[in-house]
Amino acid sequence: MAADPAAAPRRPTDSTNHGLRVVVAWLVLSAVATPLVAIFVGRLIPPGNGSVQGTEQVFDNTWMVSVVTPVICLLAVFFVYGLFSFRAAPGAAVVDGPPLRNDSQIQVLWIVITSVIVLFLAGFGSYELLQNGAGGGQGPNPVAIPSGPKMQVQVIGQQWQFTYRYPSLGGLESNQLVLPANTDIELHVTSLDVVHSFWAYELGVKADANPGVDNVAYVFTKGPETFHVRCAELCGLWHPYMFNNGRVVDSAQFHAWAAKQQKLYAAIKPFVNKSPDQGGTPYAHTYLPQPQRRAG
Amino acid sequence: MTAVAATPQQPIWRRLIGFNLLTGIVLGIGGWYVGWFGAHAVVGPSIDYFGDIDYNELSVYLAYLGGVVGFLVGLGFFNYPFARLRGYPPSLREKETAGWTRYFGLCTDHKVVGIQYLWGIGLFFFIGGLNAMLIRTEQLSPHGQVFPMGTYLTIVGMHGTMMMGMMTSGILGPFANYLVPIMIGARRMAFPRIEALTFWILMAAGAILTTTIFFGGFPTGWTGYAPLSNEANAGMDNYVLFFALVGISMTLLGLNMIATILTMRAPGLTWTRLPIFVWGVLSTAVLMVLAAPVLVATLSMEALDRTAQTSFFVTAAGGSNYLYQNLFWVFGHPEVYILALPGFGIVLELLPVFSRKPLWGYRLAVAGLLGVSLLSWFVWQHHLFVSGINGDLRPFYMLSTELISIPTGFTFLCGMMTLWRGQIRFTVPMLFCLAWFFNFLLGGLSGVFLSDVPSDVTTHGSFFSMAHFHYTIMGGLVFTFFAAIYYWVPKMTGWELHQGLGKIHFWTMFIFFNSTFAPLFAAGFLGQPRRTPVYSGSLKFLNDWVSVSAFLLGISMLIFLFNLIWSLGFVKKPAVANPWASRSIEFQLPSPVPVHNFDRIPVFSSDPYGYGEGPAPNWVVPAGAPAGRE
Repeated sequence: MAADPAAAPRRPTDSTNHGLRVVVAWLVLSAVATPLVAIFVGRLIPPGNGSVQGTEQVFDNTWMVSVVTPVICLLAVFFVYGLFSFRAAPGAAVVDGPPLRNDSQIQVLWIVITSVIVLFLAGFGSYELLQNGAGGGQGPNPVAIPSGPKMQVQVIGQQWQFTYRYPSLGGLESNQLVLPANTDIELHVTSLDVVHSFWAYELGVKADANPGVDNVAYVFTKGPETFHVRCAELCGLWHPYMFNNGRVVDSAQFHAWAAKQQKLYAAIKPFVNKSPDQGGTPYAHTYLPQPQRRAG
Repeated sequence: MTAVAATPQQPIWRRLIGFNLLTGIVLGIGGWYVGWFGAHAVVGPSIDYFGDIDYNELSVYLAYLGGVVGFLVGLGFFNYPFARLRGYPPSLREKETAGWTRYFGLCTDHKVVGIQYLWGIGLFFFIGGLNAMLIRTEQLSPHGQVFPMGTYLTIVGMHGTMMMGMMTSGILGPFANYLVPIMIGARRMAFPRIEALTFWILMAAGAILTTTIFFGGFPTGWTGYAPLSNEANAGMDNYVLFFALVGISMTLLGLNMIATILTMRAPGLTWTRLPIFVWGVLSTAVLMVLAAPVLVATLSMEALDRTAQTSFFVTAAGGSNYLYQNLFWVFGHPEVYILALPGFGIVLELLPVFSRKPLWGYRLAVAGLLGVSLLSWFVWQHHLFVSGINGDLRPFYMLSTELISIPTGFTFLCGMMTLWRGQIRFTVPMLFCLAWFFNFLLGGLSGVFLSDVPSDVTTHGSFFSMAHFHYTIMGGLVFTFFAAIYYWVPKMTGWELHQGLGKIHFWTMFIFFNSTFAPLFAAGFLGQPRRTPVYSGSLKFLNDWVSVSAFLLGISMLIFLFNLIWSLGFVKKPAVANPWASRSIEFQLPSPVPVHNFDRIPVFSSDPYGYGEGPAPNWVVPAGAPAGRE
């Protein structure tokens, strides 16, 4: 055996303070990189400022990339420095390094630092979440409820489209999602068949549509804009085409749109769910799937 | 090796008759038709089964179950139990065969099973990879036009299911089966026939999943979410059977590993001397034993929903799709750590060898592995952050998910401190291990975004999460899988792999892996959902870039395949016993390792990481020496 490990001599210990070099380089790099990332990268991370919740997500993402940057810097410095400094001479015989087996100070330091980072991120994320739900679906009993008046909109998923129902407009249903600007919207997401997921990208909203479940999500709209709606949960053959556009419009335009829709809607109104003034439910909790028969 | 001599004298046609793979396939096909026609005979008259669906699904289940049973009968798995019933003494007769034929049948030699696993898993890894190429072909255009939509969804589902199902055993199958008995100084696994059974069940499962295309495929992706799977066509049954069989295989494999490691360690091999790879295998095996039965139970319920018209997951009839999602992810999240943890073990096992230093912080590394495997049970609902289930538990799952980065950090710290002041040799396995740090860092840090609910609202179900788990699973598992291949395959086969081609393979794979998946983080942030070939036209450039990179990544895999076939099939350069100057015990044995591993059971005196601490102790005791125990 040419490369018998027993024969490997040990390299003499060098006295260079590699640790100090790495730490200094890391501190310098982090000090430069972290503000740059926080200022320039963080706000580039979508979904953008389409809603209060969207802005909150951008803020949250900015914090996270800022926390993550020094970690990346540490590993970058360590590996760039370490792999160059500690590489074995090419072609030379196998030489052993110093038998360092442990250093409890480094272990404790590492555990403390990672724990602090993790607890900070979890606490920060929970705080952000509990403010107003961050646009996520919270189920039938939401815990993070924004204060103030809200407009209810029911989102009904089915294979393969979304239908939007406005209880405040007498149960008006539309396949267009039009929302008034600067309003707190309470979305009630449900499904008629399989699991869908309502994803209004620019609004920073995502809530799964489960059959027989009222999944509530909140979004506070900002100024007029157009946004994309997609289904984000694989729901069968035409799932990829389950998308459309929605609009946030100012209050006057919204009421004009609603009046127009109600005029169109009046003709079929007697045949669909009753509106609240006729003794119907405010929105269709009653939407349940048909007893499921497997289609071919 | 006494029974070997008689075998080669038989003519070739005679050797084909008997309990082997050929018989297994023949009986498997026969059993398939028995089940198929049997089920039709039972439920054939029912209008319900023929009225609104194309297939009698009960017959699909029974056909495949019949096929699996026939396959196992043909391989000879029932011979021994019946022999014992008839009063024959216990034996490991299947171990005594030799020659190439032992790779095509039931063999109880753990080294043969390891090599069977390597090629078997490799075959399905290749099929899964081809599916990935087809997915990226479709994604070249923002309006998928290459495949019909149902075909595309089947390809996506097969890619995911194949990779998650087969590669679950990607490291434990070939490498743990081969190496754990050697590393702990044993001559076999605790349950050698069960060890062989896990492999052949897995191969049957792979065949079942592949043949889903004859039943219309399945539209659900690898998660198989319930109300959709209830209404899916008969190809879904293949998914259910595949994953259930994989679950059984995983449970048995894990059980076998735990029993072996707990009971069969050689004298002197205390818990703090155990190679860290064995610790990685042990923590994975615990997860396998506890998680996989949940999957089998879930899919049994799904099979009942689809055949017996139960309604476990049908909301309108009193069931709940949340039940499926909960059960699936109770299995599914430990599952992803089942994929990742053996990779941790391999990285920490190989770093000391190639930086010529002891493993730094052994106990911390073990704590990291066990910590990950413990915490992985408390995080599953982060897959359901926006599903509307348990809205008030989200802060808890956010915390528990982020806590996992602490034990994962132990692995990073131990690995990095092992490199520190070392004598680093950039061999091919070492390059793959170093790439693991890069990939898993990006995978882990992107996981922090997904574990944070406000950020997850946008990234959930998007290409961001897809890029994340490819960084952790492909970057964490597949890279270490290749590290293990380059490191141990010379030991396993006795032939060297070409190092130059290995370096070309590494660099192309590393570059094109990152070039494929890093842009997908951006695509996800920009709003591209998973599992659809239809995306915003503004993302076309990004997707084309990714597709081209993915094709180049595929070519990189072909370089590896060429290397494997060329080196092992044609060049056949004999490997030396210890090509890496490792202190580990498997490198004290000749290459390939002899049938009974050790003449005498070794007696360990230290862990295998004493680099720089004087001459390496030689634990392999020659025959006749008065040491060890039988």
